[in-house]
Amino acid sequence: MNIDTTNLSIWKAHEHFKRRDFSAVELSKSFLKTIEEKNLRINAYFETYDDVEKQAKRADEMFAAGEGTLLTGIPLAIKDNILIKGRYASAASRILENYTAPYSATASHKLIEKGVVFLGRTNMDEFAMGGSTENSAFGVTRNPHDESRVPGGSSGGSAAAVAMGGALASLGSDTGGSIRQPASFCGCVGLKPTYGRVSRYGLMAMGSSLDVIGPIAKTVDDVKILFEAISGKDSFDSTSLSDDFYTVPKKEKYIIGVPKEALNAEGMDKDVKENFESALKTLASRGFQVKEISLPHIVYSLASYYILMPAEVSSNLARFDGVKYGLHVEGENLLDDYFRTRGEGFGKEVRRRIMLGTYVLSAGYYDAYYNKAQGVRTLIAQNFKDAFASVDAIATPTTPSPAFLLGEKTEDPLSMYLADIFTVTANIVGVPAISLPSGTVIREGKNLPVGLQLMAPHGGEETLFRIGASFLKETHNG
Amino acid sequence: MITLETIEKLAQLSRLALSDSEKEVFRKEIESILGYVEQIKNAPTSETSPLSPLSNVMREDVNPHETGVFTKDIVGEFPEKEGNYLKVKNIL
Repeated sequence: MNIDTTNLSIWKAHEHFKRRDFSAVELSKSFLKTIEEKNLRINAYFETYDDVEKQAKRADEMFAAGEGTLLTGIPLAIKDNILIKGRYASAASRILENYTAPYSATASHKLIEKGVVFLGRTNMDEFAMGGSTENSAFGVTRNPHDESRVPGGSSGGSAAAVAMGGALASLGSDTGGSIRQPASFCGCVGLKPTYGRVSRYGLMAMGSSLDVIGPIAKTVDDVKILFEAISGKDSFDSTSLSDDFYTVPKKEKYIIGVPKEALNAEGMDKDVKENFESALKTLASRGFQVKEISLPHIVYSLASYYILMPAEVSSNLARFDGVKYGLHVEGENLLDDYFRTRGEGFGKEVRRRIMLGTYVLSAGYYDAYYNKAQGVRTLIAQNFKDAFASVDAIATPTTPSPAFLLGEKTEDPLSMYLADIFTVTANIVGVPAISLPSGTVIREGKNLPVGLQLMAPHGGEETLFRIGASFLKETHNG
Repeated sequence: MITLETIEKLAQLSRLALSDSEKEVFRKEIESILGYVEQIKNAPTSETSPLSPLSNVMREDVNPHETGVFTKDIVGEFPEKEGNYLKVKNIL
């Protein structure tokens, strides 16, 4: 049977399952067919799993037994750095090319319990380091809206999989914008939850004080359903938080702040700025009060991020030594094994960040870089705290430009880093942030999606969902 | 100013083999990135420590998983093994 998956959401698919319009097996087959048609060009997926039908049958059995819930039978994609027991997880790196996960991440485990169907694992920048998915060791992913352009990154495969119709939704990870930026480039909704609200257990560590798993989908409602399914305290992650750890009041009419520092940011495309201004008008027309605020120290966000993140990377990636698992390259002695394994196993961007992190942590530079950046992190957090005393959410563009061309920024890592200017702050402070599709701008005759980013205080995901659903005119559950 | 010697030292510390042509590329790129992040020196200094509101979270060392349930999978990932032992080169 032919199922039109274009306008399908999680809730709609669930209604169809309940009415027996189609089964989970039939739905997953129709997604696999789309993947077969489109993945050769887009390269969103590394592989589709060979047991998709078995997973879907189990979901249908859950429905038959009256145990089917909202996520049962829902076809999802998963980023290649989130573990599922018994399946490959390579983080798009040669060093883990044939690594099989011995356990499941808490986020994937929770979804499997609910009976989701994982279709396959998606491409990404190696170890989630990058903003274009061009740093993958196994080939680039193309943007479904314009195949000459990047899908964003690092969760580029997860966003492209949803945008090409190859999954209803997906999981990604976000350390400095890796869910929101690709969601914005691919016209999807992407949520970076509050730090700690989703367990990091089974997510390959990049910057442990910044990393979080989150959903990418077509609607705010779908993102909310997935977030609520994966959030919560987990004994396997000591930084995880219970859902009631923070209390943020629910309102009908929120006040949205616009930092003047973001509006005046250098390097923002003219039409992206116009798009942002028109998005603010839309928010005002929906009854939200929009007012200008100041976050004086966010001008230092990107600089402090590119000190703190590589520092954490250099520590986290020390575990890849060719001894315990993954690639092993034979050298003259044990030390030489390390050098060769890591030299050949890690790509350029990963090695660049490890060395940068080693530099900012080394004696003589530690205070000037790492300690100073930690201090700036506190200042920025204080700016947000002050701002949230008078506003409920903060709006910025998600990125200063739409999707760029493949190869456009690969020779200049700094220019690639500058694309993260609006997204890194939420990770530095630990607050939740969402990217919402906000129309398009035209490049070389093609319509390219751009995103509106909203940030809320710690634990304020519901604020983001409510404003987001109103902005996109989503009717509840529809 | 980042020199080639600095890059070699960093590669040594981080256990990364680099080719000569890579060294020069990394030197230029890391110099340019450090040039950007250096602006942090102009930022005001925070009075409070970023770590002050944080505390250690421990769990009771109880209820271990059943012995051996992960052994096969973990040993299966060893690049070199002998029986259930991880095999490494002589260190001394």
